[in-house]
Amino acid sequence: MSHHILEVENLRHVYPDGTAALRDVSFSVTHGESVAIIGANGAGKSTLLLHLNGHLTPSSGEIRIGHVPIGKSTLPKVRRTVGMVFQDPDDQLFMPTVYEDVAFGPMNLGIAGADLEKCVKGALRRVDAEHLAKKAPYHLSAGEKRRVAIATVLSMSPDILVMDEPTNGLDPHARRQLIGLLKDFHHSKIFTSHDLDMVLELCERTIILSGGEVRADGPTRDIFRDEAMLRECRLEKPLSMQGCPVCGRGGES
Amino acid sequence: MASMNGALLDLKRLDRLAAGQTAMHRLDPRAKVLATLVFIVCVVSFGRYELSAMIPFFIFPAVLIVLGQLPAGYLITKVALVCPLAIAVGVFNPLFDRTVLVQLGPLGITGGWISCASIVVRTALTVGVALTLAALTGFPAICRAMERLGMPKAFAMQLLFLYRYIFVLTEEGARASRARELRSFGKKGRGPASYASLLGHLLLRTCQRAERIHMAMLARGFTGVFHGRDHSRFGAAELLFLLIWSLLCITLRLNNGAQLLGSLVTGLLS
Repeated sequence: MSHHILEVENLRHVYPDGTAALRDVSFSVTHGESVAIIGANGAGKSTLLLHLNGHLTPSSGEIRIGHVPIGKSTLPKVRRTVGMVFQDPDDQLFMPTVYEDVAFGPMNLGIAGADLEKCVKGALRRVDAEHLAKKAPYHLSAGEKRRVAIATVLSMSPDILVMDEPTNGLDPHARRQLIGLLKDFHHSKIFTSHDLDMVLELCERTIILSGGEVRADGPTRDIFRDEAMLRECRLEKPLSMQGCPVCGRGGES
Repeated sequence: MASMNGALLDLKRLDRLAAGQTAMHRLDPRAKVLATLVFIVCVVSFGRYELSAMIPFFIFPAVLIVLGQLPAGYLITKVALVCPLAIAVGVFNPLFDRTVLVQLGPLGITGGWISCASIVVRTALTVGVALTLAALTGFPAICRAMERLGMPKAFAMQLLFLYRYIFVLTEEGARASRARELRSFGKKGRGPASYASLLGHLLLRTCQRAERIHMAMLARGFTGVFHGRDHSRFGAAELLFLLIWSLLCITLRLNNGAQLLGSLVTGLLS
């Protein structure tokens, strides 16, 4: 059995106020794949992510991690397998120091002593944030917060990494640094983002959600070439695939 | 709101000071918290007309500031900011209590003035020592020390969360208030009504954030128990620190140190 396979089958979610955020969503992500879930605001991306580690329960349909359906009894295991990095790092970093925050997950898993030290240091090293260990989260810059938020999840050695808008609010340098970092991870990765250039660099596969349904699912470059569909889904080609803004040459179609 | 942001920056400065490496910083926080408690109990237990006996107590924060290499000017400014509140509490004492207690030549000092001064000195001492403790130890370490001394865990966690998110909440509040001001064009806007709505929104946003934080905690295996990792130990240095300061505070409480020193000096001179 591989923990790395994530299957979403006929997922439907209706909020208590009657809004159907997801209608019949199905896809699967296999070992080592890097998949982007994109779509306009309100397309259902965040609702979908909240289902992936059991924060929301489907109105109907099923999600399986490593062929095991997500349910009450499997939640602890699922949450270890699927590492979730939230959109706002301030939601993710709640402990007094960076070290304690990164140690929070492993300690809940029962890791202690030298193993804990190794695990925390290893995670911080992977995001180039060892020097921040003793700092309080509110003393960090946005880029540092984002890297530390990723470390808090990496320290639990998840098999699948789920990130909500990872490059949101970062300056170009911090964004570039983060993209470089994520490229080196060999986990299965699922991103939601409006940063389509990042999607182009990091994800070989893209799923477009529109009105709570899967509108397209395929190789990223093919999807970004379909300008008519992108327009329909309130999206547009990544800048790097558009032509020169002055002469119009060099665009991909 | 600008002043609120300033106050926050100051909290961050206290945090940075707490990251110092002097022997005072390295002491187990429990020793510092206990010594501070003894100090505060001694100071607040003085009678309302006792003033001179409290003056020697300034030695405790002064020694901590010197040994901890803390910026005295910064801490004194902070204490000075709180003093007007103490003056406001004691300002009517001279009006009501007109019994002359001390006669300095032709000048009679009434009990009201002495009790007012006593309130101010008491405030300066207690606030000063609390700030010194925070600058030497850091708020999170103080919370943990109190927890290890028997404070309920849930209460300690509440305090830690409060300290962590006060920065986020104040920044959010400052942004909302700035947005309101920018659209009020120097006038009152819609007056207090707009503030009521602003506060309501802040409360709702705080609830939503709390929900998201809880989700983030659950996602990392939280089951309701916080696992601590406090390795500091209460050794001989801590015991010595606690004993010396507690004994000194209690001695100064039971005997008027200023008077003793005065009679010693006058005895030597005569």
